[in-house]
Amino acid sequence: MHQSSQNGVAGKQAVFKKTLIDALSAPAIILLTTMIGWGTLARAAGFSAEMAVVATLLIWGLPGQVAMAELFMGGSGMIAAVLGCSLANARFLPMTVSFLPLVHTGVKSKRLLFLMGQMLSINSWAMCQRAFPSIAPDWRRYYYLCFATTILIAAVIGTLIGFYAANVLPTSLVVSLIFLSPLFFALVLAGNKNNGVIISMFLGVGLMLLLHSVMPDTDLLVSGFVAGTAGFLLSRSGLFKAVGK
Amino acid sequence: MSQQTLWAVVLLSGAATFLWRGLGVAFAQRIDTGGALFQWVSCVSYAMVAALVCRMIVFPGNELMTVDLWVRLTALGAALAGFYLSRQSLPISVLIGFVVFNFLSAV
Repeated sequence: MHQSSQNGVAGKQAVFKKTLIDALSAPAIILLTTMIGWGTLARAAGFSAEMAVVATLLIWGLPGQVAMAELFMGGSGMIAAVLGCSLANARFLPMTVSFLPLVHTGVKSKRLLFLMGQMLSINSWAMCQRAFPSIAPDWRRYYYLCFATTILIAAVIGTLIGFYAANVLPTSLVVSLIFLSPLFFALVLAGNKNNGVIISMFLGVGLMLLLHSVMPDTDLLVSGFVAGTAGFLLSRSGLFKAVGK
Repeated sequence: MSQQTLWAVVLLSGAATFLWRGLGVAFAQRIDTGGALFQWVSCVSYAMVAALVCRMIVFPGNELMTVDLWVRLTALGAALAGFYLSRQSLPISVLIGFVVFNFLSAV
């Protein structure tokens, strides 16, 4: 065992083992099932299996993939589909800024930096932040790369299953598979312990409930920006620190 | 629809998403992780993801709409209860939510 209470898991083998256990315990399975839904949708929208897989690898953010396929299928045209996809995935900007510093220390290669940005998804972003305290700082980048690769493979397999088995799967199963993904994310978020982040998340949910019917296209960006800023300011105001004590 | 158009949609969507990631990578090089700016960006990203999860559950816009809202919320509540009772075990709590969801949507 390469483990010490001070630094956490270290060493190639030990970290790789932990990655596989963590990824296969839920995230990979959930991503596989979620991407079955994507494969089904991609086929209905007229994309080929190759296109569906390339979309999973390049866009690598389900809300954006869904927006692209649905807008395109609905006849909104190519530009609307591309813009819709980009808008639905705008969260990657703050997500990358808040995540990359945890793994980029000492990396000189621009290519590796952008590759790490490309591999980020809600799943790896949330799961790595959850796992990092128990992993030695020097091994966190290795953990992230292994984790992201594992779930990417699962996602490609899911995409292909969904594409080819779309007509075989019963609707009730597809519906409960769709539910798995937000359920899983909600649970991962529930484990957060940062005061400012917790306030921001509650405000974000509240704003989404209020704004969705008013601004269905920009609800995510507005709720995220306003709630995150308010949560940040509130956590600094001392108001919540007092409550915490 | 021509193959070229479909490929263009996929590749351009990938590029348009990478724009956000690339900007994020560039900004991340210049940010102090102990500073206020980093904490603010973290708050915004978590708020955005929480809002997205809320939208996926409450306003799904896909086949999930065929299941009543109370079923989705009850399953979520059961999973969260399981999460805290199981000392934050993800596999156990996901399973609880999944089972409750399937049970309630079947009856």
